[in-house]
Amino acid sequence: MANLATADTTEQLQRLEQSIDRLLSEAKRCGATAAEAVVSASTGLEVAVRMGEIETVEHTRDHGLGVTVYFGKRKGSASTSDLTPQALEDAVAQACTIARHTQEDPCAGLAPAELMARELPSLDLDHPWGISVDDAVRLATDCEDAARAQDNRIINSEGASLSTHAGLKVYGNSHGFVGGYPSTRHGLSVAVVGKSGDEMQRDYWWTSARAPEDLEAAESVGRRAAERTVARLGGRRLGTRRAPVLFRAEQAAGLLRHLCGAISGSALYRKMSFLLDQLGEPLFPVFVQVQEDPLRPRGLASAPFDGDGVATAPKTIVRDGVLQTYLLDHYAGCRLGMTTTGNAGGVRNLSLRMGDKDRAQMLQALDTGLFVTELMGQGVNNVTGDYSRGASGFWVENGVIQYPVEEITIAGNLKDMFKGLVEIGNDHDFCGSTTTGSWLIDKMTIAGE
Amino acid sequence: MPPTSCKAKTHTPMTDSIALARQSILAPVGLGDSDLDRLISALSSPAIDAADVYFQSSRLQSWMLEDGIIKDGSFNIEQGAGLRAISGEKTGFAYSDELELGALTKAADAARAIARGGGAAPVNIGGAPARRRLYDPMNPIESLDDAAKIDLLHRVDAEARGMDTRVKEVMVSLVAVQDTILVVSDDGRLNADVRPLIRLSVVVVAEENGRREQAHSGGGARLDLGWMLAEDRALGFAREAVRQALVNLEAGPAPAGTMTVVLGAGWPGVLLHEAIGHGLEGDFNRKGTSAFSGRLNERVAAKGVTVVDDGTLPGRRGSLNIDDEGTESHCTTLIEDGVLVGYMQDRLNARLMGMQPTGNGRRESYAHLPMPRMTNTYMRAGNHDPGEIIASVEHGLYAANFGGGQVDITSGKFTFSASEAYLIENGKISQPVKGATLIGNGPDVLTRVSMVGNDLKLDEGVGTCGKDGQSVPVGVGQPTLRVDGLTVGGTGAD
Repeated sequence: MANLATADTTEQLQRLEQSIDRLLSEAKRCGATAAEAVVSASTGLEVAVRMGEIETVEHTRDHGLGVTVYFGKRKGSASTSDLTPQALEDAVAQACTIARHTQEDPCAGLAPAELMARELPSLDLDHPWGISVDDAVRLATDCEDAARAQDNRIINSEGASLSTHAGLKVYGNSHGFVGGYPSTRHGLSVAVVGKSGDEMQRDYWWTSARAPEDLEAAESVGRRAAERTVARLGGRRLGTRRAPVLFRAEQAAGLLRHLCGAISGSALYRKMSFLLDQLGEPLFPVFVQVQEDPLRPRGLASAPFDGDGVATAPKTIVRDGVLQTYLLDHYAGCRLGMTTTGNAGGVRNLSLRMGDKDRAQMLQALDTGLFVTELMGQGVNNVTGDYSRGASGFWVENGVIQYPVEEITIAGNLKDMFKGLVEIGNDHDFCGSTTTGSWLIDKMTIAGE
Repeated sequence: MPPTSCKAKTHTPMTDSIALARQSILAPVGLGDSDLDRLISALSSPAIDAADVYFQSSRLQSWMLEDGIIKDGSFNIEQGAGLRAISGEKTGFAYSDELELGALTKAADAARAIARGGGAAPVNIGGAPARRRLYDPMNPIESLDDAAKIDLLHRVDAEARGMDTRVKEVMVSLVAVQDTILVVSDDGRLNADVRPLIRLSVVVVAEENGRREQAHSGGGARLDLGWMLAEDRALGFAREAVRQALVNLEAGPAPAGTMTVVLGAGWPGVLLHEAIGHGLEGDFNRKGTSAFSGRLNERVAAKGVTVVDDGTLPGRRGSLNIDDEGTESHCTTLIEDGVLVGYMQDRLNARLMGMQPTGNGRRESYAHLPMPRMTNTYMRAGNHDPGEIIASVEHGLYAANFGGGQVDITSGKFTFSASEAYLIENGKISQPVKGATLIGNGPDVLTRVSMVGNDLKLDEGVGTCGKDGQSVPVGVGQPTLRVDGLTVGGTGAD
């Protein structure tokens, strides 16, 4: 199989492929009827500055190996950070020992050979950044300086950090499939503290990309962190009430993740989902369209094949509000009597078709209600859909922000919240693998004073 | 294992964890004292204030039961070394998963580049005898044979399913870890610790008339797996998970609004971890970004409230003989009778704040930098009977158990989610209500504690705390507490 690599990484990819070969033949030697393995290597640099001074300079260098062996329908797994030949042998031996004790599971095994990725499309994921420590420090400092200079209420900082990572990952299994590719990821983030009277607030902003030139400018990241921080000063509580809620795009992306969690194979076959038997059913109003594009060039979650070696492809998850597919790996597909959807390892690059209103127009649509800009805690029950989380944001009247609010909770049920989606904004404004605008939801319970 | 007072320390004869660590980490790769000396020298220079090398070797075995069969198992081996050089507030850090002198020296050079200049006098590598033995330096993976572990999982599954026909799904997992660490400091001091850790978790889904609810339970300790078998402990976790799932099947909507809340004993101490604990970690206070910054000796809780962080409890999940910088663990009083008296420190933050390290310097692994972290954080018992506390509430919420929580260190706002809760009406526990998130303000919440129970309990040993992307095992605990005015985030209309 051809691999996607620049000349620099070809040799290292070959070394990792040899490790895969060795793992698979060792598994065969131990008597395994099938096996799969994944090997990875990455290097990186992370620098953090705080109050204009270097805080940490971290050089990262990681290796990893995971192997799963199958003896018919029984399996065992092992992993290690050591890629020496002896460690490979030991890992396979450990996995085989485990498999002596596991029991027959009718669905255990590799995905069918005919589903393996045949050609690996070029996804443009590899953009190494040979930035020096000094330049990295300068960029992080520029970012923090911009945040601190933005407003005189910014009195302290948790610092800015710049990171760059380059890695290689190779997966192979006993069908003869071996696929590997290099990828890079770079990021810049900053968190600052604002003060007004006795009150302190902190907020942050970040940028992340496969290629350094796609990062948001350092000064812009800093300014946005500062703006977000000072906007929270003067936070008040609200009285308990029911009101419409506008979720900022970042927080709306979290609601989409809850959707994906509930339609993921492992939740469904365990019956630990509030969306059992919902395929072909309307979950949202008709204007809602959700797509997954695992092949998006430079996408932060892009991958040419999934964790089972199965080829990935774009698909529609929700069309006209109706659920079109579950998100299945081979195992969960088998458990549900269905076929894998190429989602071993999760969902890759979600996007929701945006409406035509900008932030100000979405606030107009909210009219009087809560604009949520941060959520806290783990109060999401995937089995029942019950949703109760700490929140902060702004109280809005007649489409105009009145004051920041904090120390409140918002609660409802995700099923009702999805059905109660009134409108989606076009105000997508953050980095990440999920693309959505803000969501206006008709009514939720707000608990406060 | 009742918590001891901060003044009572357990000193037992020395363990030879240094010899064990040398044997399991250094000997196989042929590293000797002269190599350690060379690494420390390579990390040091006149401009370097502190440096250390942290060696780690860990083994983890896990088993998972689902659908009544042992579905999966895995074995993980990790080893490597993290090298750190500190100059003022600056830290240089590099790590290697190859324990070979060339790779380690390269890492040392990268870490030392944080300060210019080089060349330091050689040091004498030597081990300080370990003075404390809170747990045995054994390997819990080998404390029970694999067939007996499998049998234990099946018995837990059968116990859960046998309790009630409404139980539809049972998942059980068992994890055993042996973590061996060796820390070499810039003065040549060598410290080591061999840390066992075990944990069993049970998740249950119950169904009745098309309604499904889940619950989980479990426990763990720094002990051998015999602990799970003793007193039918593991079966008790199964019974507890089923009990909670069945309670949740009957639960109505939780109320919404600010009300009197009675918090149960034990795991609900996650309140202290979130509301108080993180805000008292040294790094946030040195930087002045905590809602508790600069508030030492001020009243931050009601009289009668005393909170400690205690890494010295024998066998506890959050306990450590030494922290990850080689400092002996402490019992640190954080709040004494309502007054803020202490922070939790690692070496770096203690030095910069002119304080003493408190044995709270922890790291997830050799590939992470240490920082101040909690160990076992709990509130001391008061003198109210728990029944008396419930009876004192006319209308409120009894939050018997919790899931996880989160805190914003700077604003002090924290949340945590109830997994089992009931309404209190006229001094009596009534209808169960669905899990709701509670929200409050850290520096304020403990001033609203009006009654402290006499039933101090520590959690069962399942807590994991995340900070800056690093996870470490921790413990929490508290007696039953009455808090006058916490916001409950239910959907129920009042």
